[in-house]
Amino acid sequence: MAGVELLSDQGYRVDGRRASELRRVQCRLGVLGQADGSALLQLGNTRALAVVSGPHEIRGSKSKALHDRAVVNCQYSMATFSTAERKRRPHGDRKSIEMSLHLRQTFETAILTQLFPRSQIDIFVQILKSDGGNYCVCVNAATMALVDAGIPLQDYVCACSVGFVDETPLVDVCYAEEAAGGPVMAVALLPRSEQVAFLSLDSRLHEDHLSGVMKAATVACRDLHAVLSRIVKETLQEATAGE
Amino acid sequence: MKETPLSNCERDFVLLAVREKKRLDGRQTYDYRKVRIAFGTEYGCCVVELGKTRVLAQVSCELVSPKPSRPSEGVLFFNLELSPMASPGFEQGRQSEMAIEMNRLLERCLRSSRSVDTESLCVISGEKVWQVRTDIHALNHDGNIMDAAVIAANAALAHFRRPDVTVQGEEVTLYSVEDRDPVPLTIHHMPLTTTFAFFHEGSRLLVDPTRLEERVMEGRLLVAMNKHRELCALQASGGIRLLQDQVLRCSHVASVKVLELTEIIQRALENDVQARKEGRCCGLAESLPVQRVTVACAHDAVVNNEEARRRADEVVKCAEEPADTEGAVYHRGPHTAQVGEGLVNSWVVDDNEPKSEEEQEEAMDDGDLEGVKVENEEVEELSDDSVVILETQHRAPNVVQLSDGSEEDEVIILSGKDLMNVSSDWSRVPLSVPPC
Repeated sequence: MAGVELLSDQGYRVDGRRASELRRVQCRLGVLGQADGSALLQLGNTRALAVVSGPHEIRGSKSKALHDRAVVNCQYSMATFSTAERKRRPHGDRKSIEMSLHLRQTFETAILTQLFPRSQIDIFVQILKSDGGNYCVCVNAATMALVDAGIPLQDYVCACSVGFVDETPLVDVCYAEEAAGGPVMAVALLPRSEQVAFLSLDSRLHEDHLSGVMKAATVACRDLHAVLSRIVKETLQEATAGE
Repeated sequence: MKETPLSNCERDFVLLAVREKKRLDGRQTYDYRKVRIAFGTEYGCCVVELGKTRVLAQVSCELVSPKPSRPSEGVLFFNLELSPMASPGFEQGRQSEMAIEMNRLLERCLRSSRSVDTESLCVISGEKVWQVRTDIHALNHDGNIMDAAVIAANAALAHFRRPDVTVQGEEVTLYSVEDRDPVPLTIHHMPLTTTFAFFHEGSRLLVDPTRLEERVMEGRLLVAMNKHRELCALQASGGIRLLQDQVLRCSHVASVKVLELTEIIQRALENDVQARKEGRCCGLAESLPVQRVTVACAHDAVVNNEEARRRADEVVKCAEEPADTEGAVYHRGPHTAQVGEGLVNSWVVDDNEPKSEEEQEEAMDDGDLEGVKVENEEVEELSDDSVVILETQHRAPNVVQLSDGSEEDEVIILSGKDLMNVSSDWSRVPLSVPPC
């Protein structure tokens, strides 16, 4: 936190946003021809590409198959050029394995896996440009790719990170805010039922502020949901108009 | 080895128990298992037991060059090892996804919350800093390894002492433990985790799940908090959908639990310091509980038997007078008499008379009769068995009382002097009952 003023007296953040303002969302569905579903989503300067294939037969050892639901397989990777310093290993390090696990846990709750017993759904996500909120962008991109693939979901899964500076929750933190070392909470929400599919918090946050931060995250996720569903509707309208 | 799958029967049983708010070990929903913390003889070694879950933490340090991005900060390293020793389900070698997740959680919990002051670990900025390494080994897995590991890591870090260093100009002196007292680490706070297991689509939750409960649960929420009620990490995972209120409620519960746990750790640390100061035995072997069967002392157990005693008295009062069995004393050969009718004694009776007569003569010499007499009405002598049947109907006040209502037979061994009369006069047999 040394030196950098994350929230000015006028209530502006380092990149000129207000505390509860999201970054600009851009998304395109169906960017890849070969995959069952794909999406490219950009949230501010963070950009992720999600590819979904499946449901298909179990790849690899058949023993992984579940008799009552589908297996969700997630792989997260960061492009070597995604960060300011060139990354040596795009995937396979501890952090990316953890991220893959978190993505899998998130989507296992959201996808109606019981409809596809003994099959597998693959979600591959790659961060092309990293500027904070990697997990959230990945979740949003993967949701859009799942929608594109036509895989039945409980609801959209919208994720948003929230920081906390000067008693104020900062919605959708960028890299500078993340790196400052304050608390950052990532929430993945099913907006319609307001159920939390995933929740993680880093660094110290007093318990009294927890409800405020969670509330801010809920509002942000609902805003994101509005944007994402509008994008899906527009894409579908375009597609049907073309026929 | 792959873990044995849980049978449907067990699963249903646990789920039913959870629904009825019961737990196999008798705990309540929000109860923690018993926490036991033991320190080793060396600094920074600690074993934590959480019920049957047991983990060992060992802190070590060495001088390394710092990371270029943080030249004036020491390095903290955490490693949680899940070996097959703890559970056959854990694989040797390669870390499983679960192990990586737990390792990351441990790092997030302890490192990113800055529980240990890293700047005080710097020796020369940009050149030499201390690397403090915490290795945690799971020794036995009975659920909730994460909480036990975090307790162990915290306790071990607080217990650890690093060698003292001084810097004079360019010269760095590292003092051995003998030369200077080692220095403790600067601990800002202790983040401790509380694990909540969710069942029945999130409608039921349990604190500190055992292994069986862990295998049945749908998801878990892990709340790391310090005693100042600051959340240090939060993680909901395992495919469960939660509502906001649930998360808030869990954080409240966690704040209470963390206070209790901090207290336990502090007490354990103080006890250890005290023990070291007084030169008492300390160390892991010392603190292991004695679980032998052959313990030399019996522990008094307080049992309330008032009720039983009262009822017994009543029964005795109401009972009919026992049949007239008292006083039926059978004298079976020399040295032996019998009260009541038992089996026929077959091994003393074959004694030949003359020998026993001699013994009795000898016995006559020592001591007087203590006036113990039995009045007998009838004496019958059976030629073969040489059994004397005595019927003691009336008793003199100083005559032995055979005061038991039990119908059981009693064999009374008569001492030699008592039998004096037998030899001289078969009609008078004094009886003395040895104290049972």
